[in-house]
Amino acid sequence: MNSVIPFLPLMFGALAAIFLRGWLRNIIMLAAPIVGALNLMGLEHGIFWSLEFMGYALEPVRIDKLSMMFGYLFHLAAFIAIVYALHVKDTVQHVAGLAYAASAVGAVFAGDLLTLFVFWELLALTSVFLIWARRTDRAYSAGVRYLLFQILSGVLLLAGLLIFAQVNNSLLFNHIGLEHDGIAQVGAWLIFFAFGIKCAFPFLHTWLTDAYPESTPSGTVFLASFTTKVAVYAFARGYPGEEILVWIGVTMACFPIFLAVIENDLRRVLAYSLINQIGFMIVGIGIGTALALNGAVAHAFNDVIFKGLLMMSMGAVLHMTGKINGSELGGLYKSMPKTTILCIVGAASISAFPLFSGFVSKSMIMAAAVAEGYDVVWLLLLFAAAGVFHHAGIKIPYFAFFHHDSGIRTTEPPLNMLVAMTLGAVTCVILGTFPAQTVYALLPWEHDYNPYDMTHVLTQLQLLFFSALAFVWLNLRNLYPPELPSTNLDTDWFYRKLAPNVIKRVASTVYGTYEKFEQSVVISIKGMIQNTYDSEEGKPKGYFARLWPIETMVVWVAVLLAGYLMVYYLPGLA
Amino acid sequence: MTEQHDSDGFFDKPENIKKMLRVFYVMCGLLVVADFIVHRHVYHDWENIPAFYAIYGFVGCSVLVFAAKELRKVIMRGEDYYDE
Repeated sequence: MNSVIPFLPLMFGALAAIFLRGWLRNIIMLAAPIVGALNLMGLEHGIFWSLEFMGYALEPVRIDKLSMMFGYLFHLAAFIAIVYALHVKDTVQHVAGLAYAASAVGAVFAGDLLTLFVFWELLALTSVFLIWARRTDRAYSAGVRYLLFQILSGVLLLAGLLIFAQVNNSLLFNHIGLEHDGIAQVGAWLIFFAFGIKCAFPFLHTWLTDAYPESTPSGTVFLASFTTKVAVYAFARGYPGEEILVWIGVTMACFPIFLAVIENDLRRVLAYSLINQIGFMIVGIGIGTALALNGAVAHAFNDVIFKGLLMMSMGAVLHMTGKINGSELGGLYKSMPKTTILCIVGAASISAFPLFSGFVSKSMIMAAAVAEGYDVVWLLLLFAAAGVFHHAGIKIPYFAFFHHDSGIRTTEPPLNMLVAMTLGAVTCVILGTFPAQTVYALLPWEHDYNPYDMTHVLTQLQLLFFSALAFVWLNLRNLYPPELPSTNLDTDWFYRKLAPNVIKRVASTVYGTYEKFEQSVVISIKGMIQNTYDSEEGKPKGYFARLWPIETMVVWVAVLLAGYLMVYYLPGLA
Repeated sequence: MTEQHDSDGFFDKPENIKKMLRVFYVMCGLLVVADFIVHRHVYHDWENIPAFYAIYGFVGCSVLVFAAKELRKVIMRGEDYYDE
């Protein structure tokens, strides 16, 4: 057994990227995820490394099927993203990207909450540089807001784990659940919300839709792969079968699709559909049966690849044209035919067309929802599945590559970008066509499932074709909302507009009152001076001012002597 | 760099679009017909409705788009709303 700690190869790659330049750096960066994945193959299930810290047993590296599945996924995603970023001449992005992937690997192999916390924070600190790397004012402030949310999540996790350490006298990360007594209940909820922020729960999701589209073309590919999937992993381990997750998940699956339909920035559309897809996974975890949990992690696996592919294709458009708004694009299929086809493969995968990856995992979650009697949830998920085809499957390729000709003439993106997208597309098709040999083989829970029966294929095709028919009909009737240069309000309005406005108003009221008070003091002082000083005569108005200085002096000497006399006699009187 | 097929891309010709749409309509029709031929498993009562998935997909997406259009009236602001 010559294996090392799983996150080390990627972290070593990140460190090497600081010092190396040119082709040597490229080789090391490409080798890091390959070596890392080979390293995983040599690992046996169990506790790889344990130690004691302040009386608590820690297991910084614990290996089981669940962590292994995410481990392989993150190495695959990192490899594709690195290929995509090879042409970038920016050390910050290379180092941050690799270190970010390494942190994600570290987090899923963490056997205790303290190690998880360390990697949880590293995820935040490394990824924010991918946002700032865009080097625009918008990206800078979006990055700051992103970091605030991530740090809040870390603080909640730390508070929760401290409570657990106190109550249970153990820091090991196993099933947590929400059923506890006393203070442990508080701890369980704190950790729940810590995971929830990173998972982009409703109302806590705005860091994602705010910051991801502001990152660089390659930065967003890294970002879309890791943070939220680590959170999905953490829920699958800590809170499987908690019914509240079903309802949170179904909300996440449904509300973003409305915003995605009217969003103009095509990478923000994908950010909304990212939340929509995580919603499916969270529903699966909430249902908690073997089929549902398998579906959740399988969908996480597939989502990283197809969402990465879609983000890459939109990144290629942004890289080549400098534009990403649907209102400014169109007709690019003429100059970017390969990118168009690769984007359509991603679109077919996220829409869950048979033979593409989304189909084999999404159907598991749907089947589990029906089997467990969640009828309303099943209907809403079906609606969300039709909706995702509508906004991610049709809208993204349509407005970027087809629609009316925007007049933009460009070329295909650099070769490394095309290779990365091809890798992603081929993986999507392999995962969708041969699930039993690939993604199903990695599933942690025992359950046989076959997605390819007549019913599933037929019903899914009906759903998708008639969703497309609705799109065609609305377009021909000019009922489809056009892409407009706009900002759509989301819950970030509360802290980006309302709160600053309230603070501004309060501050200006306080300052105004202070200014008024200051003015009135100045006026009253001026008044006092005017009352006591005769500016025409050039002398004070008071009684003493009318006397000669020597007369005033006499008065004061008399007063002084009187005082002296009093002091002299007073002790005698007592 | 000169594009030779600048103005006459495949999708610029209305007759091509029409042909593609016709094929698409036929496929939609075939899927509905298949619903009556193939005996599909029913896990939920609503699935007994003929072409349930087709109707649900069409109606769902139409509702989605109309709702989103209404939503625009409430939440749409200028492009530089947050930068002002």
